[in-house]
Amino acid sequence: MTNSSSPKRNEQDQPETSGPVLKSLKTKLSKPEDAEKKIVGKKLKDVEISVPIVYGNIAFWLGKKANEYQSHKWTVYVRGATNEDTSGVIKKVVFQLHSSFNNPTRVVESPPFELSEQGWGEFEIAITLHFHSDVCEKPLSLYHQLKLYPEDESTSLSIKKPVVVESYDELVFPEPSESFLARVQNHPAVSVPRLPVGFTLPTPAEDPSERKRVDTKDHPLTQWFTNFSEADELLQLAAARQQVQTHIAKLRRQITVIEGQQQQLKPSSDQ
Amino acid sequence: MDAKDILGLPKTPLSVPPEKKSQPKKDSQRKPDGISREVYALTGGLAPLMPSIDSSYLKKRPPSDEKITWQWLPFTNSARKDTLQLYHWVRVVNGVPPTGDYSFAKYNKSIEVTKYTDEEYAQHLTDPSWTKQETDQLFDLCEQFDLRFVIIADRFPSSRTMEELKDRYYSVCRSILLARASSPADVSGHPLVKENYNASQEKERKRALSMVLSQTKQQEKKDAEVLAEAKKIAESRMAAKGVEESVMPATENEFPETTIDHNTLVSLSNVRLAPVAAPPSTLVIADTSSTLASLRMLPVYLRTYALEQMVQQASSSAGLRTIKRVEQTLQDLGINLKPRVPTKAVCAEHLELRKEILTLLNLQKQLQYKEAEGSSLREGTTYSEMPGTPKDRTFIPDAMSFGGNTCLCATFLVKGPGRVSETPSSPANKRPRKMKASDL
Repeated sequence: MTNSSSPKRNEQDQPETSGPVLKSLKTKLSKPEDAEKKIVGKKLKDVEISVPIVYGNIAFWLGKKANEYQSHKWTVYVRGATNEDTSGVIKKVVFQLHSSFNNPTRVVESPPFELSEQGWGEFEIAITLHFHSDVCEKPLSLYHQLKLYPEDESTSLSIKKPVVVESYDELVFPEPSESFLARVQNHPAVSVPRLPVGFTLPTPAEDPSERKRVDTKDHPLTQWFTNFSEADELLQLAAARQQVQTHIAKLRRQITVIEGQQQQLKPSSDQ
Repeated sequence: MDAKDILGLPKTPLSVPPEKKSQPKKDSQRKPDGISREVYALTGGLAPLMPSIDSSYLKKRPPSDEKITWQWLPFTNSARKDTLQLYHWVRVVNGVPPTGDYSFAKYNKSIEVTKYTDEEYAQHLTDPSWTKQETDQLFDLCEQFDLRFVIIADRFPSSRTMEELKDRYYSVCRSILLARASSPADVSGHPLVKENYNASQEKERKRALSMVLSQTKQQEKKDAEVLAEAKKIAESRMAAKGVEESVMPATENEFPETTIDHNTLVSLSNVRLAPVAAPPSTLVIADTSSTLASLRMLPVYLRTYALEQMVQQASSSAGLRTIKRVEQTLQDLGINLKPRVPTKAVCAEHLELRKEILTLLNLQKQLQYKEAEGSSLREGTTYSEMPGTPKDRTFIPDAMSFGGNTCLCATFLVKGPGRVSETPSSPANKRPRKMKASDL
């Protein structure tokens, strides 16, 4: 399961140093440069919210029912990485399909944010996420290449086993508004870093648990979803870094040895 | 021409035009079949797309069995309401005059204007701003003038705008349609039901049109200027989100940039542009914190995008070949160039790994340089072999042997620490070879 609950210290320090510069630029009012974490307006600095999402498609071959123009039934979707409800963050999703489809601009206003169609061709789908107004004013676009046929050409098409292509990514909101933060404080789909000491948030206006949650845990396609675990990747990276670091150390030793030798030889050499 | 003769200049330019002239002549002689040459030349020397009247058709005219006469006969027009009889020439074939209506009668089309009864008016069509008399007058005019609202508006006894008249007419028609329909589904396809006349929209549309039409040249120029500025600002904002080259220290440059933006914003304040706090038009980034700063300017971004920016920034000092080598190294280590699960922690680790690989490559280069220096100093004296790096099967590149004492092999992109021997051997390869575990 993905989680990024504790931000790294070095990353948090860096924004602080750039903070004063940023503030003097962003605010046209005259605010004193302050090294403390300040709340400018209604946005919070140095607290970033990240929402892990997964987007992709699942395609089933229609087998006997397939004809020339509709050989596959596919679903393109955006879901929370842990299959939790993302409707608190995402207001609507617009899928832009190939122009040969009827009404190629499909808008999905409520979760689950997905679109099913039948077709024969693979093309790039532009997925535009529109957020609630207190989350973010501007929409964000993702691009996904629809895949119907398995990578391995030799595997025969089967009706039961679909082709699944998913991509993991995280939506980062570097300066979330107070209301957004209050709303998603304990939301399972959203990871919020620990707030600085002495910082209190106003209690949210509506109880988030009362709002109907639609998550993808009971989705019929759940069995095909990929489980993205950062643990494997972290291990891989750590191992690689270890190797590189040992190598670096060796090289450094070699360099010093050579330098030492050169120092000894230099006075005696006659060029 | 005589002058050229006198001067003794060659006549070659003259020889070209006659050739050209003869060619089109030949073409025009060849092509036309029924048209005379001059007429053909009128068409520009090309055959017409549609076949013109065949010359054979023109020649063989008289039909054999039919006897054609022309007679002056009377006719009636069904389109006329009276019984006027006029005369015209008629082509009579074998004594039988042509049958059928006057050939132009079918063009007398008229618009069907709905008629309502008084009860219908009382039931559905009453309106506070319109009296029955006015509505009746309107409909009379509509019928008389075939729904030409321009004329109707002009002729209407009390002064009403054309939009009001249209509105009244269409709403009456719509109500009648709905009232007379047996079921709503029947009429739902009718254009009046689907898209009703919208008077206010029409007024706006016409006003806008007239505004555009009546724009003076000056205004047009001003508008174009404003649009160009807006486009420039939008583009620079896009560029600011992606640009990452450092030129000068961040603080110095950013202030003048923001003032410039402020000025352009101010000058455009009379045009309704959304006042957005535009980031500096060219971001000046000297280190990672500036990349972070630019990211934080965005309301939202993707983790993968952030990683791309950081990677770009980190490799900004490296050339293209070095970047390729870093990627090759990553692949050799078994790491995806783009992490599969890009969480914050994973991205941070990935970035650090890339930076470390860069350091590694730099150190390798440094080592080779040192060794090259060393070998040039040595002039043939052997020394103990360098302890080679142990069999690191993942990616240790194999040993390169340097040339003798002359070439500074460090200039070539050579991988790996070398085993230096005194015997001159082939010069170092330019391309780094892939790993071979067996070598060391």
